[in-house]
Amino acid sequence: MSTPRPEFERPPIDAGHIGDIERPLPLGERILRNDAVQRIAIILLLIAAWEAYARWLDYALLFPTFTETIRVAWTDFGELSMRIAATMRALLIGYAAGLACAAVLTTLAVASDFGARFLSTLTAMFNPLPAIALLPLALIWFGLGTPSLVFVIVHSVLWAVALNTLTGFRAVPETLRMSGRNLGLKGVRYVLLILIPAAFPSILAGLKIGWAFAWRTLIAAELVFGASSRSGGLGWYIFAARSELDTARVFAGLLAVIVIGLLVEAVIFRAIEARTVKLWGMQR
Amino acid sequence: MNAAPLSLLEVSGVTLQYKTARHLVTAAYKVDFEVRQADRYVILGPSGCGKSTLLKAVGGFMAPVEGTIRMRDRPVTEPGPDRMMVFQEFEQLMPWKTVEQNVLFPMKVTGKFPRDEVEKRALAAIDKVQLSPFRDVYPHMLSGGMKMRVAIARAMALEPDILLMDEPFAALDALTRRSMQQELLTLWKQLRFSMLFVTHSIEEAMLVGSRILILTPHPGRVRAELDTSMFDFSNIDSPDFGRMAKRIHGLLFDDRTAVPA
Repeated sequence: MSTPRPEFERPPIDAGHIGDIERPLPLGERILRNDAVQRIAIILLLIAAWEAYARWLDYALLFPTFTETIRVAWTDFGELSMRIAATMRALLIGYAAGLACAAVLTTLAVASDFGARFLSTLTAMFNPLPAIALLPLALIWFGLGTPSLVFVIVHSVLWAVALNTLTGFRAVPETLRMSGRNLGLKGVRYVLLILIPAAFPSILAGLKIGWAFAWRTLIAAELVFGASSRSGGLGWYIFAARSELDTARVFAGLLAVIVIGLLVEAVIFRAIEARTVKLWGMQR
Repeated sequence: MNAAPLSLLEVSGVTLQYKTARHLVTAAYKVDFEVRQADRYVILGPSGCGKSTLLKAVGGFMAPVEGTIRMRDRPVTEPGPDRMMVFQEFEQLMPWKTVEQNVLFPMKVTGKFPRDEVEKRALAAIDKVQLSPFRDVYPHMLSGGMKMRVAIARAMALEPDILLMDEPFAALDALTRRSMQQELLTLWKQLRFSMLFVTHSIEEAMLVGSRILILTPHPGRVRAELDTSMFDFSNIDSPDFGRMAKRIHGLLFDDRTAVPA
């Protein structure tokens, strides 16, 4: 036989001594959990491994040490920064032109079904085509120099950005679209005020992929065509150092490529992410 | 009785059809109803009676294949801020805007109020739904009920001619749903706005609504229109409330047991 269970009511017990329900973590723990701190630690670890291996190998022609690479980069600072400036100029022009073309094509694609098919067909045709494969053609059309570089960069940026943006637009929830149209928003205002922010995670992913493609394509293009050495960029710097068997300078050039890529990814894109998609809860 | 209240929305002989990939679906068939100023007009019906489709048509998101929808004697042809919609889904808020910016957005876009007034209006609307401490918070940090309150504040701040509510509380838990119904009624008592409210809950229809239009499913046709203005939370356990609920139940589910008035 089961015993009867009495009903009861009581005031909630005092929880005042727990203090604030939400408290900041202690400083040490916050530092250890900090993303930047962890990333810097990883980089330092990689540098230490590099230095240790190069010292153990002790063969500067094959594998110069980190300190040697930095020393060469420092003595070469003037030339290196000139090369970087030349590369960045071509890159920024190409990137901007690629984004502009992508904006035009995606606007056409959201405006009509024909535009959407036009864009998806073009993307299917050209996205798998490595941009560097167009370089010979670009050289015939535009000759040696920046226009050829811009041409291949546009090609590498355009399709990645356009494809991602269109995918993002298509994924905007119907309710959000309707609450925009409810206000009488149409045309360009509708795209700018509703579609672009709502699709921003995809657009940002497209921008990142586009940036990486452009950067890779550009360095590869500079390596391939021996532009006049005075106006050549970072790729040319690496190529020229190789032909002189100056491995430390090759390393310095490569290091510059890596550092710039890392800065853009870890500083610029991260800052954009933190102020947009992360803040809005659209991305973890 | 005082002078006849202003007729606001007139739906006459409206048939609504939409196409899926394989079928042509008739959602509503020759539906008539009229919403007057300060009505809390509820469309009630089981799923498949085309009640949400009707609301979308009033919102201007789809055109009837037959019949007319007139708002203040002007035919409805496209969506517009005079008919602000509150949806069931939480994604109706713009995730890239804070609570306050979400409420401000419609006023800024439509330019309905002078620029120097919108800020004050937004804060007043947020205060009315008791979200003042959360005005600078982004929607993803809010609970479902709070998001719904923001959506209601956003719609109300614009002072539309009519508020269209598409099962706004259906996605909320039972406790939150109950307090939201109460809040909506309190707001209505203060502001006397007109609303068209779609639901599939008999109890919600009777509590929130002052008039109920009952639709039959497949396709949605008018079955009855009832006056429920006398019911609210104070008489929810009265015999009259129970009788009316039973009558509505009969109208919805079984024609034979329908109790005459």
